[in-house]
Amino acid sequence: MSIMSELANRDQVFSFLTPTDSPVDVRHGPILYMEDVNVSFDGFKAINNLNLTIDDGELRCIIGPNGAGKTTMMDIITGKTRPDTGSVWFGSRHNLLQMNEPDIASLGIGRKFQKPTVFEALSVFENLELAMAADKRVFPTLTATLKPEHRERIDAVLETIHLKDLRDHPAGILSHGQKQWLEIGMLLMQRPRLLLVDEPVAGMTEQEMERTADLLTSLAGKQSVVVVEHDMGFVRSIARKVTVLHQGSVLAEGTMDQVSNDPEVIKVYLGEDA
Amino acid sequence: MSIPRWLTVLLIVLLTAPGLATAQEGDSAEALLEQLAEASPRDTETAIKAIATSGHERARDWMDAYGNNRLSQVKDTGQIVVVLNNRGRDWEVADALTGENLGEMSRRDLDRIAVNNAIRRQLEGVMAMMDLYANDVGVREAAALDLMGKVDGAIVGDVTARIEEEPDADIRSRLELAVAIYQIEEQGSAEAISVLAGSLHPRARAALNNAVASEDPALRPAAEQALGSIEQKLKLNKTAETLYFGLSLGSVLVLAAIGLAITFGVMGVINMAHGELIMLGAYTTWGMQQLLPGQPGLALILSIPAGFLVAALAGIAIERSVIQFLKGRPLETLLATFGISLILQQLVRTVISPQNRTVVSPEWMSGSLVINDALSLTLNRMYVLGFALVVFAALMLIMRRTRLGLEVRAVTQNRAMARSMGIRATRVDIMTFALGSGVAGLAGVALSQLTNVGPNLGQNYIIDSFMVVVFGGVGNLWGTLVAGLTLGTINQLLEPWAGAVLAKIIVLVFIILFIQKRPKGLFPQKGRAAEA
Amino acid sequence: MWLTRPLQERSTQLFLGILFMALLVVSVLHVALPEGHALHVSAYTVTLLGKYLCYALLAVAVDLVWGYLGILSLGHGAFFALGGYAMGMYLMRQIGDRGTYGDPVLPDFMVFLNWQELPWYWYGFDMAWFAFAMVLLVPGALALVFGWLAFRSRVTGVYLSIITQALTFALMLAFFRNEMGFGGNNGLTDFRDILGFNLRTDEVRLGLFIATGIALALGYLVCRAIVTSKLGRVSVACRDAEARTRFLGYRVERVQLFVFVVSAMLAGVAGALYVPQVGIINPSEFSPLFSIEIVVWVALGGRATLYGAVIGAILVNYAKTVFTGVMPDAWLFALGALFVLVTVFLPQGIAGLLKKRRKPIDVGSGPSQPATAAEATP
Repeated sequence: MSIMSELANRDQVFSFLTPTDSPVDVRHGPILYMEDVNVSFDGFKAINNLNLTIDDGELRCIIGPNGAGKTTMMDIITGKTRPDTGSVWFGSRHNLLQMNEPDIASLGIGRKFQKPTVFEALSVFENLELAMAADKRVFPTLTATLKPEHRERIDAVLETIHLKDLRDHPAGILSHGQKQWLEIGMLLMQRPRLLLVDEPVAGMTEQEMERTADLLTSLAGKQSVVVVEHDMGFVRSIARKVTVLHQGSVLAEGTMDQVSNDPEVIKVYLGEDA
Repeated sequence: MSIPRWLTVLLIVLLTAPGLATAQEGDSAEALLEQLAEASPRDTETAIKAIATSGHERARDWMDAYGNNRLSQVKDTGQIVVVLNNRGRDWEVADALTGENLGEMSRRDLDRIAVNNAIRRQLEGVMAMMDLYANDVGVREAAALDLMGKVDGAIVGDVTARIEEEPDADIRSRLELAVAIYQIEEQGSAEAISVLAGSLHPRARAALNNAVASEDPALRPAAEQALGSIEQKLKLNKTAETLYFGLSLGSVLVLAAIGLAITFGVMGVINMAHGELIMLGAYTTWGMQQLLPGQPGLALILSIPAGFLVAALAGIAIERSVIQFLKGRPLETLLATFGISLILQQLVRTVISPQNRTVVSPEWMSGSLVINDALSLTLNRMYVLGFALVVFAALMLIMRRTRLGLEVRAVTQNRAMARSMGIRATRVDIMTFALGSGVAGLAGVALSQLTNVGPNLGQNYIIDSFMVVVFGGVGNLWGTLVAGLTLGTINQLLEPWAGAVLAKIIVLVFIILFIQKRPKGLFPQKGRAAEA
Repeated sequence: MWLTRPLQERSTQLFLGILFMALLVVSVLHVALPEGHALHVSAYTVTLLGKYLCYALLAVAVDLVWGYLGILSLGHGAFFALGGYAMGMYLMRQIGDRGTYGDPVLPDFMVFLNWQELPWYWYGFDMAWFAFAMVLLVPGALALVFGWLAFRSRVTGVYLSIITQALTFALMLAFFRNEMGFGGNNGLTDFRDILGFNLRTDEVRLGLFIATGIALALGYLVCRAIVTSKLGRVSVACRDAEARTRFLGYRVERVQLFVFVVSAMLAGVAGALYVPQVGIINPSEFSPLFSIEIVVWVALGGRATLYGAVIGAILVNYAKTVFTGVMPDAWLFALGALFVLVTVFLPQGIAGLLKKRRKPIDVGSGPSQPATAAEATP
């Protein structure tokens, strides 16, 4: 169980997680920079003057009640939704608003969906294979062959996400929790600079939650991680810096303790929870 | 009224005409006809005049029949008869004197009273004059219209005389026009041109064209000017007509598509058999007319609920037997319903006939609304246009204001939630599908008034209908209305210079490109629901 | 080489084995046995079988986009017909001055319409290589333009199906027009020879049959190579979760475009081989009914299997031949019922039945072939 021991050793980043050289320019600090972003659907303001900065290597938790705009925010970052106004930069060189989803993904932003989305007709192995960082244009994909080192990487991730035994089974038969893990595995295969993780522990057992927490904290440092989660216990266990979203804009930002003592936050959100 | 006024006028004309023969006053009608039947070609003219001046109540009919080759003499008895139906070996005839139907008679026993073109021309003139003095305004108006370009030296005096007496202004101006045409063409009168200015009658235009071509310095400038104003007016009318046809085609598209807008747009069910539901509606109309022969109007009105019912029931059968098993699999639904459309088509071919069936239009729907000489709007299209709007309004009302509409919207937006609130989703599905299908039936009833009713009727509309719904934006009834009317109008606007087929192709290509520019149509749904 | 990779698969070997055996048996029975022998295969039957094989290739093309990419094209008949017209134009020009009007350049229908010279788009079709290239390029180009417009704006699913149907419908209307210069209603016919061989001899018919068989084998191989490649798995990914595939960094629209164009070209080849065998091409091949019929062949055979498409195409068309011979009125009933029954009761098609027999648990609707065969070869 070399991986597990690696997992336990948090001051070190897994070899297979080392990001590939990416053109992202983070010399000036933040890896993600959102300024004055607004989105409305049919008059409903889903995002309202949102300002958010994620530093390179940071692990950030984002919390907020339903409808606070968490998922919409992720949609904006990954290019699924175009904001009405505002700017979104990845590093200081890439304007995300001018790019489409595949470009943003190849640039190094990986996303795990709220509802686990895996390719059910493909095997677990194939799911990871498709996620693997590679030349993803049409012809290279057509002629791509799997090299032994790729295979090893996939196997290593399979080990991490505890799906080794189900390697050749279609992903459709996995349980909800297993799908969550597979999706996290796919994120790992992508080796992104920025991971957007939407509710990673829904449907997981206590033990699995702990493992997820370990995994995410171990990623921080070399990679930047943004976690959206409802489970306060989980957030508390991994959080260094927490951002509270409310009605499409940032209500408070700080450590978990600072945030949970903020009277505004208590009023709208933590009141019954904390 | 012993001797009608027109008769005296006519008498004067005829008496002064050369070669006048001897139609004795008081000649019996029989003798008059006898004279006509036995007249040599040279004497025919005289005989006609005799009849015209006789004042006999049937004189007009005789001349009409004579001009149409339907006046005959029975060989044995010498009786003069009017042939009512000259098809087949035995002809149906009526006594010319009394109008009494004599039943059928072998055509060999009949001697046709010969007519030639010269005689016909004369008959026309005489009949026109007789009509000008008729009591019925409609007859007078038709006669005045008929005189356009036919006024000649022989009758111009009478026509001019009649203008003074004619009580109806419209008819008066028509007569003036007819006389003016004569004056320009025969007498080169430049003053008469001003009468023609603004007239849309083709004959007036022809007269002006001739005047322009004549190089007559007295006529030409005035004629050119008048012609210019006429052309402009014509263009305007032409545009109005095109728009009318466009709206009419559009209303047909709306009718065909609006049911689809419910089943596809609201429920998300792809029903390729929608066209065949339209066909069923059309056949219902046909069937209703078979049940009620001779009462096409009543049959048509009864067909409206019947067509709705038949198509709705067929829709329910389709929903229950196939579509409910394919929920959430739109592509499979498409294929299965296409299979159903094949079966329905073939069913009609086998049970009724592969040939087209004609549906009779009731009297109040045929004919047209005459706006002016260049523009007349056919009534049946007007009715269909109105019908489409009524159906649309009714559907809007159902979807917006009734419990069913509310439940439909609830179920389509969140099925699980709607169910948990006590809405019986399955029942709503059935009702919605029945509604959409029933409207297709209504479309069929309307279409039966415009096109042939045949097994392929639906097929011709299905692609167009889908295009309309997609173009308008799925799930939006207003979009369907706007899209249907727009596409119909575009199609008609293109037709004059592209031809019917090319216009259709252009419209299809336009929609294909449009969908790619705006995948969600003219009026897209926004927000979270639309993303899913 | 990625193209030959499928040759190592058992299923491909089996398919090609059966296909070549069938070609061999039919040829031998046709050539070696005298006419009148009970087992003799007549030239008519050979051509009929050749027609089925063309349909099979067409069905494979449709299965490639529908089964693996989730794009239900209701307009593949258009690509088939365009390939057919390209071939037909070549065959027309081969007639030369032997036509009814004896014009050395103009085809008969143009002389009939009083045309003075050949339209520019008929240039070059007197050369076989040019015409054969057009068989691939014309359908490919249409698919490229249409697909580029559609996939770029993310028109998929039912919308795409409907506009593909509109596309073929518009083309049908266009080809019905005499002014288009493709023979209008009557299309192109009265062909005489191909590559210098007389089309009306039994030998050439047999040759065309065998050529079609080989084309089907190659087409199958190309499709198989695509679906077993990583691109094939990306296609399935696009089919099942388009948005997710995008977030992994794949250009979904380009994947779709590539597969769509390949499929259209295969359909064009099928059409080109079809025309010399049936001896005519007319606008009815563009009819929406024909295109949707292709889909039911695939559905019956079982989508996302490729071999299922072949089985389905041959079965349905055999049934059509039988029905239209015995009781023509019943054919549309049977076809309609087939649409309904297959979609409701047999969503996996015949191939699904076969699979179920082999392994009891089959999960997912897609091609859950084990990921071993393909990856085993570095």
